[in-house]
Amino acid sequence: MALSPLNQRRWRNFKANRRAFWSLWIFLVLFGLSLFAELLANDKPLLIRHKGEFYTPIFQFYPETAFGGDFRTEAAYRDPEVQCLIVAAGSEACWDDPEGVLEEARSLGTAGGETVQAGWILWPPIPYSYNTINDIGGAAPSAPDARHWLGTDDTARDVLARVIYGFRLSVAFALIVTLTTSVIGIAAGAVQGYFGGLTDLIFQRVIELWGATPSLYIIIIVAAIWQMDFWLLVILMTLFGWTALVGVVRAEFLRARNFEYVRAARALGVSDRVIMFRHVLPNAMVATLTMLPFIVTGTIGSLAALDFLGFGLPSSAPSLGELTQQAKQNLQAPWLAFTAFFTFALMLSLLVFIFEGVRDAFDPRKTFR
Amino acid sequence: MRDDTTPGPATKGKPLVQVEGLKMYFPVFTGLFRRHTGDVKAVDDVSFTLMEGETLGLVGESGCGKSTVGRALLRLYEPTAGKVVIDGVDVAHLDAEALRRKRPTMQMVFQDPQASLNPRMTLADIIGEPLNEHTNWNADKKLARIYELMDAVGLNRRFANRYPHEFSGGQRQRIGIARALALNPKFIVCDEPIAALDVSIQAQVVNLLEDLQEKFGLTYLFISHDLSMVKHIADRVAVMYLGRIAELSPRDALYARPLHPYAEALLSAVPEPDPSRAARKERIILKGDVPSPANPPKGCNFCTRCPKVFDRCRVEKPVLREVEPGRHVACHLYSESAGPTGQSEAKEHNQQGVMQ
Repeated sequence: MALSPLNQRRWRNFKANRRAFWSLWIFLVLFGLSLFAELLANDKPLLIRHKGEFYTPIFQFYPETAFGGDFRTEAAYRDPEVQCLIVAAGSEACWDDPEGVLEEARSLGTAGGETVQAGWILWPPIPYSYNTINDIGGAAPSAPDARHWLGTDDTARDVLARVIYGFRLSVAFALIVTLTTSVIGIAAGAVQGYFGGLTDLIFQRVIELWGATPSLYIIIIVAAIWQMDFWLLVILMTLFGWTALVGVVRAEFLRARNFEYVRAARALGVSDRVIMFRHVLPNAMVATLTMLPFIVTGTIGSLAALDFLGFGLPSSAPSLGELTQQAKQNLQAPWLAFTAFFTFALMLSLLVFIFEGVRDAFDPRKTFR
Repeated sequence: MRDDTTPGPATKGKPLVQVEGLKMYFPVFTGLFRRHTGDVKAVDDVSFTLMEGETLGLVGESGCGKSTVGRALLRLYEPTAGKVVIDGVDVAHLDAEALRRKRPTMQMVFQDPQASLNPRMTLADIIGEPLNEHTNWNADKKLARIYELMDAVGLNRRFANRYPHEFSGGQRQRIGIARALALNPKFIVCDEPIAALDVSIQAQVVNLLEDLQEKFGLTYLFISHDLSMVKHIADRVAVMYLGRIAELSPRDALYARPLHPYAEALLSAVPEPDPSRAARKERIILKGDVPSPANPPKGCNFCTRCPKVFDRCRVEKPVLREVEPGRHVACHLYSESAGPTGQSEAKEHNQQGVMQ
């Protein structure tokens, strides 16, 4: 895709801002990694070699019977018996002394003295998922150690795994809500500003009424009626967030609708929709972009606040807000608070640095080297 | 009363644009409840006819409603009242879709070539936009047409992918003209097309407009306050004052002997390049200011400043009537009731005006 000269200049300006440029890369790497969270932190192995065949438990369901077990339910890969069955090719000896046979099969290729076709299990770097309740053999929350690098939370779930999934959830939530609110907000602002007059007058009053609705109450009420989940929360946040952009976009459209080239397009018989999209919208983009960082960071903050208060996602969901709440309730476990704090600090700082660079790059008055 | 059927200069064909009783009022709202308390009568009962292939100059001072007439003709404003028949269709009352389909016949060249071109579009995009809207040609055919138009207005084909800011004012106006020509219009409103240009470029653009008129048989409404340029390009000239046409006459007749006192005063303000003639020239200096179009005088709009005002002017609005073949004047000096004496009286007044 060829960039127009204007966008090329913007990209150069953005690159000239080192902090923003590196923030973008760090953020992209982190978010890119978190998109593959299932491969990074999971309680199922990535790949299994059993009796000369490959198995991919992350993508497929395998009953325990597939590996010589008793149950037709999904194999519990974290059980020593199941691990032993996999590696020792389903040897009966696994039921008596799983650890010993596992060790034997790995080192000697035999199980209970008989030679077996030894298999292997490839685990993700963090062999726990966000909702895995671990057997930590002590009181939860447990402090960071070799198995749980950031410790566990008060239900013995691995904090690092929850942070990885929580980061993805927060960023995805913020981006989706920002996208939907911007699309609706820009469309509403465009219609109001472009047509003006009575449309504008009535619409503005509706927005004033809408903006005065206490959104937190509505969310609490809705959460009491339906089971809260990701998409319901997206819808609710969009419902009360779309008015944020209407003001700036409306102002830009009010200004631009009397531009001579807009009048020229009208004289050419260009339809209103095309005029709004092609001639007026680009003028509103800079103002919109200036607002976007506030919406993104604000949305992350709102999600965290709702989770912190317990009105957000269900507590099984990997939420940074819930981690913060646990940190508050478990002051004796400072690793929770530090993790939550540094995750938020890093995520929000990176986003703010990136958007600062974007905004500067789009600023027509700013001069660069 | 209004003599719209009067043929223009003998060489021209049938009427293309007929404007009847065009009114463009901008409502004034005041108070908490936005009550409609008055109107700015930007254009008040304007009628004229344009013949095919003709150029009608529309002159007048700033704020007299010239540009509003042009915009109302093309329905860039919704006219308050009146008929605008262009090529047999009354565009003042067309619905949106029919109007859109009618747009190719009538086009506009704008005053400020900088402002009338979208700075984010390339020249090819700008000229191609009307083609995108009104044709379903493929890319090759469109590009061929764009090149053809660029040739017609004297733009190098290599410029097709450049942006408006890379061009000079004159070149930008050529782009605007090419865009207006893209759909083979019959009628073009030139809204002060040369006002924003350097004097050295003005002549080029006016000559280009003349060449194109000859080549494509265009009809122009040439709005300008540059009286010498209008004298150069127009076949007939309409002089506007405060939203009404004061005089509508063939160019040569008007410039030689303006009938309406306002036209006379306006034309006396044209600079005379020859110093010896300029020294002999009498300028009519009008006193006072133009009344507000929101509150025009009761009688003739010009009665507050007219050097030849008499009682009737202050009570009755004069209508535009033909007083000599092809010459229409809205002035009581030439009213029928005055009869032949009115004519002689007018002559006297004329002389008085010159002596002032």
